[in-house]
Amino acid sequence: MIDALLGILLFQLIGEVLSRGLNLPVPGPVVGMLLLFAILRWRGGPPAQLSATAHGMLAHLPLLFVPAGVGVIVHLPLLAREGAPLLVAIVVSTAITLLATGLTVHWLRQRK
Amino acid sequence: MDERIFSIWVYLAQTPLLWLTATIAIYRVMTLISRRLGSPPLLNPVLLAIIAIVSILLLTNTPYATYFDGAQFVHFLLGPATVALAIPLYESERTLRRIFWPALAGLLVGSATGISAAVLAGRLVGLSEQTLRSLAPKSITTPIAMGIAEQLGGLPSLTAVIVIVTGMVGALFGWELLSFFGVRDDGERGFALGLASHGLGTARSLQFSSEAGALAGLAMGLNGATTSLLAPLLARWLGL
Repeated sequence: MIDALLGILLFQLIGEVLSRGLNLPVPGPVVGMLLLFAILRWRGGPPAQLSATAHGMLAHLPLLFVPAGVGVIVHLPLLAREGAPLLVAIVVSTAITLLATGLTVHWLRQRK
Repeated sequence: MDERIFSIWVYLAQTPLLWLTATIAIYRVMTLISRRLGSPPLLNPVLLAIIAIVSILLLTNTPYATYFDGAQFVHFLLGPATVALAIPLYESERTLRRIFWPALAGLLVGSATGISAAVLAGRLVGLSEQTLRSLAPKSITTPIAMGIAEQLGGLPSLTAVIVIVTGMVGALFGWELLSFFGVRDDGERGFALGLASHGLGTARSLQFSSEAGALAGLAMGLNGATTSLLAPLLARWLGL
């Protein structure tokens, strides 16, 4: 597991250095993901250990959002004022974004 | 005895150990409760855990900064988890190749729609300028969204909360909404869910299939990049 973890951290580190060094608009971890993807293609797949570690980590992805979500505590007064309209705006615009994306991909694939 | 308990509390309240353990333990308990209730999307473990932790912090008068000292170790893992998405992405390469060009178009449309729809809907319901600026990057993953909000003059910490609510909203009804409008391919639905609802949309897609999850992860990453490019331009155009 330690090798897999080291590998993932190294790719994140390289991604972070590239992203900041070259002033890329793409965040470091995403650069790391794309680099790792390129390496996987080149070598024809992940080692079993890396695959297991990655899937294990992704199985608990929602947990990783809890600390930032608890940050709501800082904005309770603002949310008491604007919470309801804000929620409406989030729900409506998220639905529109989902449909715009999904339908664009879907229609373009059907045209072929 | 009281004195002793108090001194233990004082010690624990200052180490990262307490809130790190609490975050994971409470999330774990909430996954069990949610599963016992039949995994209703509205009562998802993330929402339940956030409500529980916020209540505890309020009751114990603990500042968020103290909490985050411990919880940051969990928060940090968002980066490695993003890198780890390369593995399901590799495993879904055939799907990726199948929808590459349509997905690229979907990315541009989705990113522009995401920012514009948020700002226009927010304006329609009468949100303040600062909240609008915090809302604009809502569809993308937390760290990038916070950076963009800061650039636009919003409140990054408010953006973090908005981003998570967006993720939960997409996870709540996104998959079904897309099906209802005739988008039934796993890859297509995953892509839309990851684009509009970042990591929580990706987590939801992973529940349906590894292919949906992989494309969601890809869409999340690409939209993070595209939105950071488009947001400053669109913000000017939308009058932010």
